[in-house]
Amino acid sequence: MIIGLENIIFLLVAAVGIGLFVWQIRKIRKNVLMGRDVELADNPAERINKTLLVAFGQQKMFKRMLPAVLHLFVYVGFLVINIEVLEILIDGIFGTHRILGFAGVLYSGLMAVNEILAALVIVACAMFLWRRNVTKVPRLAEGVEMRAWPKLDANLILITEIVLMLALFAFNISDLKLAELRGTHIAGAFPVSSMFVNILGNDPDTLHVIGRVGWWFHILGILAFMNYLPSSKHFHIIMAFPNVYYSKLLPKGKFTTNAAITHEIKAMLDPSYQPPAPEVDAKGNPIIQRFGAKDVEDLTWKQLMDSYTCTECGRCTDVCPANMTGKLLSPRKIVMDTRDRMEEKGEHPAIYKPNHYKEMGVERVETTDEKTLLRGYITPEELWACTSCNACVEACPVNIDQLSTIMDLRRFLVLEESAAPASLNAMFTNIENNGAPWAFSPADRFNWADELYVPSKN
Amino acid sequence: MEENKRLVKVPTMATMAANGEEPEILFWVGCAGAFDDRYKRVTRAFVQILEHVGVKYAVLGTEESCTGDPAKRAGNEFLFQMQALTNIEVLNAYNVKKIVTACPHCFNTIKNEYPDLGGNYEVIHHSTYLQQLINEGKVHVKGGEAFKGKRITYHDSCYLGRANDIYEAPRDVLAALDADLVEMKRSRANGLCCGAGGAQMFKEPEPGKKDVNIERTEEALAILGNGNGVIATACPFCMVMMNDGVKNKEQEESVQVFDIAELIAQAEGLSK
Repeated sequence: MIIGLENIIFLLVAAVGIGLFVWQIRKIRKNVLMGRDVELADNPAERINKTLLVAFGQQKMFKRMLPAVLHLFVYVGFLVINIEVLEILIDGIFGTHRILGFAGVLYSGLMAVNEILAALVIVACAMFLWRRNVTKVPRLAEGVEMRAWPKLDANLILITEIVLMLALFAFNISDLKLAELRGTHIAGAFPVSSMFVNILGNDPDTLHVIGRVGWWFHILGILAFMNYLPSSKHFHIIMAFPNVYYSKLLPKGKFTTNAAITHEIKAMLDPSYQPPAPEVDAKGNPIIQRFGAKDVEDLTWKQLMDSYTCTECGRCTDVCPANMTGKLLSPRKIVMDTRDRMEEKGEHPAIYKPNHYKEMGVERVETTDEKTLLRGYITPEELWACTSCNACVEACPVNIDQLSTIMDLRRFLVLEESAAPASLNAMFTNIENNGAPWAFSPADRFNWADELYVPSKN
Repeated sequence: MEENKRLVKVPTMATMAANGEEPEILFWVGCAGAFDDRYKRVTRAFVQILEHVGVKYAVLGTEESCTGDPAKRAGNEFLFQMQALTNIEVLNAYNVKKIVTACPHCFNTIKNEYPDLGGNYEVIHHSTYLQQLINEGKVHVKGGEAFKGKRITYHDSCYLGRANDIYEAPRDVLAALDADLVEMKRSRANGLCCGAGGAQMFKEPEPGKKDVNIERTEEALAILGNGNGVIATACPFCMVMMNDGVKNKEQEESVQVFDIAELIAQAEGLSK
C-alpha cells in the first residue's frame, strides 16, 4: 500500500464530488419541504412491502415487457457494478490494487457477473437510444413537455452509461493483458474482457496508461454523473425508493377530504358548532390555507417529491384517454411543470434551466405571465380534460399520483376563482337545487318504481 | 302471462321505519338510476332481482340526493361535503348498515369518502352483490341459453376497476350466462375510460381529434366482430357513453349495451 500523489488527488476529487452532491441534495430537500405537510408514515409494513415490490422489484415496469427487461439489465447492472465501484474507491484512496481480490471464487464470480451485466447495460442503452432517436417511440419522442432539455437529458444519460461501461472494460482489458504479458494472474474472472484481451495492443506502457485512464475516467465519470442527477430525470434512481414508500395506500378512488371545509359547513348547519382553532405558524399567526392549489406551496411535499421522481417515461401520458384523443392534457407535463415551477420559485440545484413554453412559442399551451404553477405553467384547458380515470396513476412505475395534483389545481379554479366551465356550474346549481346533477324535480326521483312487475312464483 | 305477474311496491326506508322495521340492505339508486330513462331500466331490473330473491331491501325514494361525486371530481369540495353531510345525516338517522348500489361513482364516494365525514357503512357494488347471489345459488340464471354463443365484452368502469380494484365480480356474473365472453385489448387495470368520469359527463370535451367514447367503442366493436354482440357495463355513465358510441358507429342494430343486472334479469326470466 503506497499512498502517492495520485491517491491524494483522488481523495480530494472524491471529497469535492460528494460534497457538491450533498449541497445539491440539501437544496432539493428544501424545495420539497416548500410543500404542505401531510402525514404519510402509517402502516410501515405495507409501505416496506410496496417498496420491495414496486421499487426494488420493478413490478409495474413489467406491464411492458421489452423496456422492462432492458431496464432490468441497467438497474441490476447499476446495483452490482456499484460493488466494484466501492473497490475502486478503496483502491483509489489507499493505493491498493483490487483489494477485494482476497474473496477468491466469490470475487471471480462477482467480476464475471459484473462484466456480463456491463455488456448488457451497453446493449440495453444502445437499444434505448435506438427507441428514442430512430424508431421514435411516441411516448418518448412526442409531447409539448418533451422540450430540448428532456430529450438531450435522456440521450446524455444513455451515452454516459455506455461510455462508463466502456471505461470499465478498458480498465479490465489492460489489467488482464498486463498480467498476461508479465506471465502472472490477476484476481477475478473476466469473460467479456478476455474475449477482447488483445484489442489494446501489447505495449506495457500504453496498456498501463490506458488502464489508469480507464480507471480515472470511470471514477470521475461516476462522480460527475452523481452531480448531474439533480438536474436530470435520472434522479429517479434515488427518489423512486422514498416515493414508492410514501405512496398512497388507500383505494385510488378516494380523494382527499378538506377538513377546513367540513368545519365551515358544520358551523353553517349548526350555529352552536365550535370549529377547532386554526393551526398557527412559528410566529403564532394562523395559517390561512388556500382551497386547492394555485402554486407549488399549496401542494403537499409528496406531490412535490413526485416531480423529482419522474423519469419522463411517458407511460402515464400514453394511457391517458384525454391525451390519446388529442386533448392538451398530459399527466407527464403536469409533473414536469411542477418540478420546473418548484425550481423557479425555490432553490435551483439544476445545472440546466428548462425553457418555458412561452419562450418556446408553444402555441397550444396558452400559459400566462403569472408566476404560479396554475396558468403560468398548467392551463385550465389541460385540467378540465381529465376524466379522473386513474390510468396515469396505475401506469406509473414509481407510484407518482398525477391525479391528485390535477384535482388540487381544479379545486383552486372552482373554490377560489369560481372558474369552472359554464356547463359544470350548471351541474353544481342542479345539485344544489334538485339534489341531482340534472334539472329534474326531486319529487320525481321515485317515479322509476311505478308500474314495476315481477313474475309471481307459483 | 298477465296473471303470472305481480305489481311490485318498492319499500322505502320511511315506511319501514314507520313500521319499526329495518331492511337488510339499502339499495342506493343514484341520480342516473332515478332520472336517466335508459338507466331506470337497470334500476328496475335490479329491483326485480331483489324481489325475486326475496331479500329484505328498501330505498330512500325521494329522500335520496346526489352523493356529491360529480361536484367533488369537478373540484367543488364545498358542494360535495354539503351533499355528503346531508346524506350521512339521513343514512345515520335510519341506522343504515349495508348499502348496495348500481353506480360505481356512488359506490366509491359512499365507501371511500363518506367515512371521513362520519358515514361508515358496508358498501357493495351491485356487481359484487350479484356475484354473491349467484354463488349462494339464489340466482340460477336458468335461462342462460338465451345467451348461448353470444359475444359479450365487459367494459371496465374506472371507479369500479382501478379506483377500487373490482375486476372479477362483474366478469364472474357474466360467466354465469352461457355466453362467449371476450376481452377488449385494454381491460382490467389497463381498461380505457369511457370518457365520462371526473364530471366529464356534464360538459363538452376539450378540443381534440376524437371523443374518448368513440375510441373505446371502436375497440369494443373490433373484438365483438360482426353479428350479434353485447357490450356489458356496470356504470350509468359508461352505459351512456358506450350507447352513444354504438349509435355514432351506426351499429345499434347488431350491438347492444346492457348493464350486467339487466342481463341477469333477462336470463332469469324476470324481464325482457
